[in-house]
Amino acid sequence: MGKKVGKQTFVIDTQPAIINTATVVGPFEGKGPLKEYFDHIYTDNLAGELSFEKAEKEMMLNACFTALTKAGKTPQEIDLFLAGDLLNQIITSGFSALELTIPFLGLYGACSTSAEGLAIASMIIESGCASNILVATSSHNSSAERQYRYPTEYGSHKKPFSQRTVTGAGAAIVSKEGNGPKITHVTIGKVEDLACKDPLNLGAAMAPAAASTLVQHFADTGRGPEYYDLIVSGDLGKFGHQLAIELAISQGGFDLSKNFKDCGLMLYDLEKQDVHAGASGCASSAVVTYGYLYKKLLDGTYKRLLLTATGALHSPISCQQGENIPSIAHSVSIEMI
Amino acid sequence: MARAPKKKPLTTTQKRYQEKVRKLQPRPTLFRNAILAFITGGIVCVIGQFITDLYKMLLGLSSAEAGNPAVATMIFIGALLTGLGVFDNLAKYAGAGLAVPVTGFANSVVSSALEFKREGLVLGVGSKMFMLAGSVITFGVVTAFFIGLIYAIFIY
Repeated sequence: MGKKVGKQTFVIDTQPAIINTATVVGPFEGKGPLKEYFDHIYTDNLAGELSFEKAEKEMMLNACFTALTKAGKTPQEIDLFLAGDLLNQIITSGFSALELTIPFLGLYGACSTSAEGLAIASMIIESGCASNILVATSSHNSSAERQYRYPTEYGSHKKPFSQRTVTGAGAAIVSKEGNGPKITHVTIGKVEDLACKDPLNLGAAMAPAAASTLVQHFADTGRGPEYYDLIVSGDLGKFGHQLAIELAISQGGFDLSKNFKDCGLMLYDLEKQDVHAGASGCASSAVVTYGYLYKKLLDGTYKRLLLTATGALHSPISCQQGENIPSIAHSVSIEMI
Repeated sequence: MARAPKKKPLTTTQKRYQEKVRKLQPRPTLFRNAILAFITGGIVCVIGQFITDLYKMLLGLSSAEAGNPAVATMIFIGALLTGLGVFDNLAKYAGAGLAVPVTGFANSVVSSALEFKREGLVLGVGSKMFMLAGSVITFGVVTAFFIGLIYAIFIY
């Protein structure tokens, strides 16, 4: 039976496996260095749909059905569908669940949803309530921009620390039995607020959450950063990544500089693609972890992976009312055992 | 009456972190931006002047009369470039050089109208069109009123 160790970490004794994953991305992401690792690259941002919101739903559904097909499972064999996205009232997830006809629980953890999904799925499996769970998350550059920022055709200068919301979706099937990387520990984060206010500088707002969850994970499990082959954050970007490394040293004395990477820095070619500080959005950690890193775990490049996805829990309204940007991070240990 | 929002004082950790962020934060290339804005803004004005002169010559208008159709033409060009998806790519480099002249105003209205086309004519285009430009209009009108008031007081 699973148990809690330390303050925020839960040991998952049944060690559920991620038996299969699927990732789909938009055309811009398909030009990046990880393009070979995605299941489908759309040639059109609208994905043949009439609106960006519908396109995002099409992407999430495509990722879900591809993951199901690859695992040789039908929706009827899946006990639960856990999904979340960035749009108001997580419409992408709800509308996808309508078509998947799998019992659905909606998640909101902003860009931390990929890790939150895996964490909750493994805890539910640990409880014995379910044996197969489908987790998914998505984001779309154009639907997110119009909700959080400006119209797409509006001309403005981007700051050097601003990030590009990823167009894409990722899905993973977590099962009690089966082959694949196993989930062994999850560390659920606390909401942090270090008084960041700029919604265009989310890396700085989320770095404290990443550092705090990582430091707590190391303290709770007694593992140091060197235990893992790779520690990845979701979408801190160039500047947030640097801040997280500094915070981990100052808060817990942990040296992350050797094996700590950021999905937001891996997805795009920062030199050639005009993305400023890197990628952001739910899909950033989802497509990199479920796509690239999952395959690297399977082929033996990495044996022990710690995914720490961060999310900024603000809304345009909270920012306009002068509130700080609170942030959260969840860690999931994924190991080849 | 709405209660005035109280400002919570920052804790020491927050203060220390904000100092670190300020210190490490990559700086926007202010000097380069200003030079580019200066040049592109100048080019926009030259085009505007050219159109004004053209109207004066072709239509025989006076300088004052040619102003309005020239501004309308500049708005049209800004709107057209926005619709063609070119404006935002130009503005990435030009910045304030395109935003400050009337072209920027046209871009903010047209980009919003385009963005919310799918929400319908009434609740989408009609109401969201002035999402960004609304404040400019509001405060423009308010300022004009007060200037007019001062003008009236001093003249009479």
